[in-house]
Amino acid sequence: MDTMRDRLAPVVTRLLDEDPRVAVVLAEVGMAGFETARRRHPDRVVNVGIREQLLVGAASGMALTGLRPVVHTFASFLVERPFEQVKLDLGHQGVGAVLVSAAASFDWPAGGYTHMAPGDVALLDTLDGWTVHVPGHPDEAETLLRQAVGAGDDKVYVRLSVQSGSRAMPVDGARFLTVREGSRGVVVAVGPMLDQVLAATEGLDVTVLYATTVRPFDAATLRWATGGAAADVVLVEPYLAGTSTGAANDALPDVPHRVLGLGVGRAELRRYGTIEEHVAAHGLDPRSLRERITGFLAGRRTPAGV
Amino acid sequence: MTTTEQTKRVYGYEDVPGLMSLMTGDEKHGPAATSTLDVLWVLYDRVLRVSPQTADDPGRDRFLLSKGHGPMAYYAVLAAKGFLPVEWLPDFGSFGSPLGHHPDRTLVPGAEIGSGSLGHGLPIAVGTALGLRARGLHEPRVWTLIGDAELDEGSNHEAIAYAGPAGLDRLHVVVVDNSSRSHARPGGIAARFEAAGWSTRTVDGRDHEALYAAFTAPHPGRPHAVVARVEPKSA
Repeated sequence: MDTMRDRLAPVVTRLLDEDPRVAVVLAEVGMAGFETARRRHPDRVVNVGIREQLLVGAASGMALTGLRPVVHTFASFLVERPFEQVKLDLGHQGVGAVLVSAAASFDWPAGGYTHMAPGDVALLDTLDGWTVHVPGHPDEAETLLRQAVGAGDDKVYVRLSVQSGSRAMPVDGARFLTVREGSRGVVVAVGPMLDQVLAATEGLDVTVLYATTVRPFDAATLRWATGGAAADVVLVEPYLAGTSTGAANDALPDVPHRVLGLGVGRAELRRYGTIEEHVAAHGLDPRSLRERITGFLAGRRTPAGV
Repeated sequence: MTTTEQTKRVYGYEDVPGLMSLMTGDEKHGPAATSTLDVLWVLYDRVLRVSPQTADDPGRDRFLLSKGHGPMAYYAVLAAKGFLPVEWLPDFGSFGSPLGHHPDRTLVPGAEIGSGSLGHGLPIAVGTALGLRARGLHEPRVWTLIGDAELDEGSNHEAIAYAGPAGLDRLHVVVVDNSSRSHARPGGIAARFEAAGWSTRTVDGRDHEALYAAFTAPHPGRPHAVVARVEPKSA
C-alpha cells in the first residue's frame, strides 16, 4: 500500500492546478514529488534549501500577499526547529498556512531521536487557533489535506505517518467517529492507532471512538459517548502520551470521570530498529494496550455511599 | 490593515522629533532613539509607493520594520504621513493604546508586520516578494529595515543566502548600522550580502540625498541592500 506522504504531492499538485492561491514551500525535503508541479507552476512551488526558519517565514510572507501556502518537511524541522516562526510569523501576524509534516513520532526508528517528533502536537497546543489533523490511512490523509488547503486562511497542521490502519474511515475533518459501542468506558483511538486499539479492546464492553481531527477536540462526541454518566476515558495517541488529557477533561467538566492518556513516552529510548519495536517499547502494541486499558477500567473504586 | 482618516495638516521632516516627543516626553533624542529616523523619512517621503489611501492596495510597495525595538521614529513617521492619528502618540505603550514598544500589524494602521523578536522581517520579506511574484504583481517593491546587531540572528542569513541566488530583485534591505553588534568586522555587513549575490550600497544614514540615491540605485536581477551608517549607539 502507498503511504500518506505518497498522496501529498499528487493531491497538492491538483490543488495548485485548480486554485491560483495555493503555493508550496519546501526545504529540500520532498522536492522530487513536486517536480511536475514546479515545472507547471514555477512561481508557486518554492524550495528555499535547508533553511527551516526561512521556510516558515517565507510562508508567512506569501500568506500576507494572499496566497495559501502549503509547507512541508519532517515534523522535527517543521514544528520544533522553527517554532518561534510558527508562533510569530503565522500566529502573531494573523495569517494562516497548512503545515504538513512527515516522519511523525518514530517513522524512521533507525534514524534516531533527531528525526522523531512525538512532541509536535503538544507544542502546537501552546498556541491558539490551530486545527490538527492526524489521519490514520492514506485515503483519510487525502481527504484531510484537501480540507486543510480549503480551510480559508486557517492555521492547519496535517501530521502524516507511514504508520497507518488497514481501512480508511469516512472522516469529515471535524468529528470523532463511533467505531464500537459499549458501556464500561470510552477509548479514543487517534489516527494510526485504530487497528491496535480495536485489537486491544476486542471483546471488551467499551465504546471506541476514532479521532483524526484532534484540534479542535470533539468534546461533544466524547460527552455523548460517556452518556452523561460517570466515565472512564482512555486516550490512545500516536504522539506524546497525555497530549489530549486536558482536552478530554475540559470536555467533561460536570461529569465525574477518569482519564488515562496513552501514547509515546517522554523518555528518550536511544534505540534504533523497527517501527514495530518502538510501538511495543512505548506500550502501544495490542497486548500492552489491552493490559493497560483493562487495568485502568478495573481500577475504578465505587464512591463511598453509592 | 485599516487606515485612519487623513490628517488635516501636513507634517514635514522637521516635525518628526516633536511627534516623537509626544511618546518619549523628551525634548531631545539621543542617537539610539533616532538611528532609523532619516532612513524611515526618506523611504516614506520619497521612495515607497504607499499612502494611507493605498495601504490595502495589492499593488502597493511594502515596508516591513523588522527591527521593532524602539519604534518611536516609525510611529512618528507613520503619523506624519497620515497612516495613524497624531492623537494616538501620547498613549504609547499604555494598555489601551494600539502603539506598543514593539509594533503589532493588526493594531497599527500602515504596519505590514508585527515585530520585536529579532530576525523575522527579512524572511517574511522574502516570502512577500515570492508571493507578489506568484500573484503576477511585478511592480511592488518590498523593503525591510533591520539593525546591524539584529543581523546576528541566523534567520537573516538563511534569507540572504536564498534571496541572492533566487534573484529576488523586488527585495530591498536597509541595514541601519549604529555599531551596536558585539562581534563585527569593518565592511562585514555589505560583504555578507555581496557574497550572496546582492547589489549593495553603503552610505551615510543621515544624508537624505545619499540615502535616496542608494535606495533608488538600479539593481537588475538582484536584491538590493543598503547599509546606512549612523553614529555608534554607545557614542
